[in-house]
Amino acid sequence: MKRMKKIFITALMTTAMVGLAAQDADQILETVDKNMSSTNRIFESDMVIHGRRNSRTITSVSYSVGDKQSFTEYLSPAREQGTKMLKLEDKLWIYSPSTDRIIQISGHMLRQSVMGSDLSYEDMMDDRKMTEVYSATVAGHEEIDGRDTYVLDLAAKVDDVAYYSQKIWVDTERYVPLRQEMFAKSGQLLKRTTLSDVQKIQGRWFPMNMVYKDMLKDGKGTEFRVNSAKFDQDIPDYIFTKAALKQ
Amino acid sequence: MIRFLIKGILRDRSRSLLPAIVVALGVFLTVFMSGFFKGVMTDIIDMNARFSSGHVKVVTRAYAENADQAPIDLAILGVSELKKQLQSAYPDMEWVERIRTGGVLDVPDENGETRGQGPAVGTAIDLLSPESGEVKRMGIQNSIVKGKLPEKPGEALISDDFAEKFSVAVGDEVTLFGSTMNGSMMFYTFVVSGTLRFGNSLIDRGAIFMDLQDAQMALDMEDAASEILGYYKHHPYDDIAAQLLTESFNARYSVESDEFSPLMTRLAEDAGMADYLAIAENMVGLMIFIFVIAMSIVLWNTGLLGALRRYSEFGVRLALGEEKKHIYRTTIYEAILIGIIGSFVGTLLGVALSYRLQTHGWDFSELTGNIGMMMPSVFRAQVTPSMFFIGFIPGVIATVLGNALAGFAIYKRKTARLFHELEV
Repeated sequence: MKRMKKIFITALMTTAMVGLAAQDADQILETVDKNMSSTNRIFESDMVIHGRRNSRTITSVSYSVGDKQSFTEYLSPAREQGTKMLKLEDKLWIYSPSTDRIIQISGHMLRQSVMGSDLSYEDMMDDRKMTEVYSATVAGHEEIDGRDTYVLDLAAKVDDVAYYSQKIWVDTERYVPLRQEMFAKSGQLLKRTTLSDVQKIQGRWFPMNMVYKDMLKDGKGTEFRVNSAKFDQDIPDYIFTKAALKQ
Repeated sequence: MIRFLIKGILRDRSRSLLPAIVVALGVFLTVFMSGFFKGVMTDIIDMNARFSSGHVKVVTRAYAENADQAPIDLAILGVSELKKQLQSAYPDMEWVERIRTGGVLDVPDENGETRGQGPAVGTAIDLLSPESGEVKRMGIQNSIVKGKLPEKPGEALISDDFAEKFSVAVGDEVTLFGSTMNGSMMFYTFVVSGTLRFGNSLIDRGAIFMDLQDAQMALDMEDAASEILGYYKHHPYDDIAAQLLTESFNARYSVESDEFSPLMTRLAEDAGMADYLAIAENMVGLMIFIFVIAMSIVLWNTGLLGALRRYSEFGVRLALGEEKKHIYRTTIYEAILIGIIGSFVGTLLGVALSYRLQTHGWDFSELTGNIGMMMPSVFRAQVTPSMFFIGFIPGVIATVLGNALAGFAIYKRKTARLFHELEV
C-alpha cells in the first residue's frame, strides 16, 4: 500500500512538472512574440545576398500591419529600384517598373528564393505569432555568444505552416531568439537563422541583424540588417492596396 | 547435284515451304527490328543532341555539377571570346551559344495584372541571325502550330498547350518572370509571334523560345551563356572523336581548382545517353545473337518435324544402299538452299518495310506525348548496310544448324531394323 502511494505521488509530480514545463515554454514563446510581433511596424533594411560569384546589397523599406498586410519597396540598387511587393492576407503581388506589370506570386513560386537570397516568398509572407502556429516544450539550456538561452522545441499545431517543426534558442533575459532552426516533416534541417545585435527599441528587445541560411544551398547565407525599426506607427491604409504598387 | 536438290525443293514443296517460311519470317523480323530500333535509338540520341546536349557541350565546372537546375548564375562569362577560340581550334565543328532558364510565364489582363500563369522553361537560341542554323537544327519551323518565327527582338514562341490553356493569341503579350544571372527579379515582356508543339511533354511543357540577345538582356547576361554546344559539321556523332576532343579541350582550358573554368562534356556523358549509345552501337550484335539462338531452336524443331515426315523416305534411301553420310550431306545442302531462299525473301521484306518506315515514319505522338523523356513522336526506321547481312547470314546458319541437329536421327537408324520399320 505504501509502495502504491509512492508510485501515485511520483506520477502526480511528474505530470505536474511536465504540465509546468509546457506552460513555461508557452509563456516563453508568448514573451518572445511580444518582442518580435507588433500591431504595425516600419523597417528600413539592407539585405546582403552572397552569390557564388559576387555579393549584392539590396535596400528596402517595408510597412506591416499585423500579420495580414505588408508592403515593401526596394530602393537600391538601380536594377531593383521601384520594385514593390504587396501582401494581403495569403496573396502576394509584385510590381515591376520596367514592364509596368503587377504579377501575382502563387503556387510553387512561393517557395522560390527572393532575389537569389536564402529567403523564400513564403518565409517573407509568414508573419504570424509563434504562439498561433507552434506549441512549445523546453528542451534545455545552452549558451550562445556568452548569453544563457532556453532551447525550445516547437511543433506545428496548424496545417498551413512552412516548417513542420522548429528549434529555437531564446535569450533567458531579453526573450529574443538568438538562433532558429527550421525542419521539414521528415526531420531534415531546411533553414537556420542566427540573430544578433539585440537592441531595445520602444520598450522591446529586437534583433537588428539576422543571417538566414538555406541549408539545402551552398553559400554563406543572406544577411538582413535592420537599419531602422519603428513600431506602432500610423500607416495610411492606401499603402496596402494594389493601386499603391504603381505609384 | 545442286540442280537435283533445287528440283526436289521446288517440286516437293511440302518438304521446303514450311522451313523457308519460318526462315523468311525470322529474317524479316530480325532485319526489320534491327532497322526499327536502330532508327528509334538514333532519333532519340539525335533529338537529345539537338535540344539538350549537343555532340559536345561546354559549361562552367560549377554549372556542370548542377546542370539539372539550369543555374544561370553559374553561366559562362566572356562567351564570345571562348566561342572564337573554339571556332579557331576546332573548325570542323559548329559552335552555338544557348541559355536555359526557368521561371513563370504570366499572362496579363487588360489592367496589366495576372490573368493566368504557369511554370515556364525558357530556351534562348540565335533565332534572328540569318546565318544561324538553330531553327533548322531544332525543327522549330515544322513545330509551329500558329503564327510564325520571331522576326524582331522582343518576340517569342510559346508552347501551344500553354497558349490554349490561357487563351493566348498570336500578337498577345506574355511576361517571363524569374531571376537574373545576379539573382535580381527578372520581368521581361514578349510579344507572342507564334505557338509551337514538338509532341513531347518534356519540351512542350511551358516552353518559351526566345532570341539569345533578348535573353541576355532580360537575364543580365551580357556576353554570357548557359552553355556552348558543338556539332560536327560533316558527320554524325562519333564518340571516339568526341572523347579525344573533350580531352584536348579540358587539358587546355579547364582548371580543376577554378569552378568557373570551362568544362567540355560529350553526348555520351549526358544523363542516360551512354546507355542509348551502347544499345544503338550493339544493335547488330544483339539482333544476331537473339536471332541465332531463337531461330536455331525453331528450325531445329522444324528440321525434326521434317525428318519425322521424311522418316520413310530416308528409310527407303538407306534400304537402297545410300550411305548415311550421303543422306546427311544432301540434307545439309538442302538446308543451305532453303536458308538462302528464306533469308533472301526475309531480307527483302525487312529492308522494304524499314525503308518505308524510314521515309514515312510511324506517328506515336498519342503515346509519347506524356513520356517524361526526350524522344521523337514519329518513329522512323533506319536502313543500314548491316541489314543486308544481319538476317541473311544467321538465317542460313540457323537453318543449317537446325537441320544438322535434326539430321543426327539419320545416324541412329539401324539398317537391320529398316525393313521391319518400313513394314516391307
